[in-house]
Amino acid sequence: MLELKHISFRVEDGGNKDILDDISLTVGDNRFVVITGPNGGGKSTLAKIIMGIEQPTAGQILFEGQDITALSVTERAALGIAYAFQQPVRFKGLTVSDLIELAAGHSLERGDLCGYLTEVGLCARDYIDRDVNASLSGGEIKRIEIAMALARGAHLTVFDEPEAGIDLWSFNHLIAVFQKLRRETRGTSLIISHQERILDIADEIVVLAGGHIVARGHKEAVLPKLLETGSSVNFCEGKAEQL
Amino acid sequence: MNQITEDLLKIVSDWNGIPDAAYNIREDSGCAGRRSTEHIQIDSKEDLPGINITVQPGTKGEMVYIPACVTHSAVDDLVYNDFYIGEGADVTIVAGCGIHSDGEEESRHNGIHRFFIEKGAKVLYLEKHIGTGKGSGARVINPVTEATLAEDAYMEMNTTQIGGVDSTVRKTKATLQQGAKMVVKEKLLTEGTQRAESDFVINLIGEGSGAHLVSRSVAKGHSEQLFRSCLVGEAACSGHSECDAIIMDDGKVSATPELTAHNVDAALIHEAAIGKIAGEQITKLMTLGLTEHEAEEKIIEGFLR
Ligand SMILES: Nc1ncnc2c1ncn2[C@@H]1O[C@H](COP(=O)(O)OP(=O)(O)O)[C@@H](O)[C@H]1O
Ligand SMILES: [Mg+2]
Repeated sequence: MLELKHISFRVEDGGNKDILDDISLTVGDNRFVVITGPNGGGKSTLAKIIMGIEQPTAGQILFEGQDITALSVTERAALGIAYAFQQPVRFKGLTVSDLIELAAGHSLERGDLCGYLTEVGLCARDYIDRDVNASLSGGEIKRIEIAMALARGAHLTVFDEPEAGIDLWSFNHLIAVFQKLRRETRGTSLIISHQERILDIADEIVVLAGGHIVARGHKEAVLPKLLETGSSVNFCEGKAEQL
Repeated sequence: MNQITEDLLKIVSDWNGIPDAAYNIREDSGCAGRRSTEHIQIDSKEDLPGINITVQPGTKGEMVYIPACVTHSAVDDLVYNDFYIGEGADVTIVAGCGIHSDGEEESRHNGIHRFFIEKGAKVLYLEKHIGTGKGSGARVINPVTEATLAEDAYMEMNTTQIGGVDSTVRKTKATLQQGAKMVVKEKLLTEGTQRAESDFVINLIGEGSGAHLVSRSVAKGHSEQLFRSCLVGEAACSGHSECDAIIMDDGKVSATPELTAHNVDAALIHEAAIGKIAGEQITKLMTLGLTEHEAEEKIIEGFLR
């Protein structure tokens, strides 16, 4: 479904720096893959490259057999790629329901709109008409971002640290969201996360550090390597806050 | 009332047939219809073009429609409208002006509105300005608003100018007595070579008076906007003005705040932010499937809503 071939992302930052260096990765249909690894390892950059927000300096991206390397963000969205940002964007004057409807691609009945918000643990009535502006807290806007990704109903959804800024109660809710996504196999999910409970439900874990894939496989196989990289994964059960 | 007037009315005052309320329709400097109601009296002025609108004390929840339309080129309309809002009244005034021109010559509407709002009265003033038609003649709207708010009076002005007006100079002046409050929400969009100027002077002379002024504007093409706000605090009062502008293409916006405090307990704030649409906002909407152009339109639509 998704095939990354020799993807590199090189920036001129003083000298040349490879944020991503020759990444190759294949993800199958209806898979639930978690990408983890230390901060600065290149995870968000990879997500942006998949969505088309950043262009790789080398390599090729295939999506459902089609070469999408040269396609725009809009074109990739139309093909069925969705991306929940690590840092959600705020707007002046666009409401939660505006954004969820844009994500769904059509207007929604109030009940359906509310369904998406309830799913991410927000009381729909309190949020539906609110502006997605600076008045929302980090955790609130993060959940709205996830609700938008769910409303897209895309073949491939990339979630970038969905747990960040979310309190413990909502975190349990979030896990339930992903479990449900999995159960209903609503397409392929690529989740960037540091949370053990999210790693637990992955089909596969990919560890990205220093622009390289340093390990991939099941949790048991990957865990030791992960600790070697000094990743910030928090394996203390119940601790949801993460840097 | 001609067809053009009717079309303009739909845009500027959500006209949907003769309303069950007091109204006066001004068409090409004449009167195309008027009605007074039990509590709201509309009379022609004797010495000047224009009307006096008198709202009896205690009138609650009533509306007054006073739209003005110019339906062709080469009209120079000047009107003086005075509003007397009696003590404790609570009314909504729907104003607004549309200029339609298919000709080469300029058409203009100068509306001078004065409000005398008595003790404890509340006014919601809604005003939309629009220019339509294919003529090259400029459509010019220059509104002057002067409001005097007595003790504990409240006025909210929502003004919108969203297209087709080539030149506008808007002047708003208000004086607020003890406990009076004024809220202004201005929305402005200019494009092509349009020019808009908005000038506020609010004198907070009474203790506990307050003004809250928010201007949101978008300047596209080669258009230019000038925003000036002057808040004067003469007593323990609060004043807040905010200018938030998006510029696109070669648009220009300049914002000049002026705050004057004559009392140590006058709390006055001005905020201004001018810039292009944030790139990440466009990117976000593109990830939802919008094209870059659709994303920009959506962001502006929300911003000016
Ligand atoms: N366009 C860019 N120019 C320079 N440095 C960049 C650019 N994009 C990302 N980086 C750097 O690449 C590194 C990886 O960033 P990121 O992908 O956000 O990491 P992660 O999401 O794994 O924490 C960081 O050090 C970041 O500062
Ligand atoms: Mg990141």
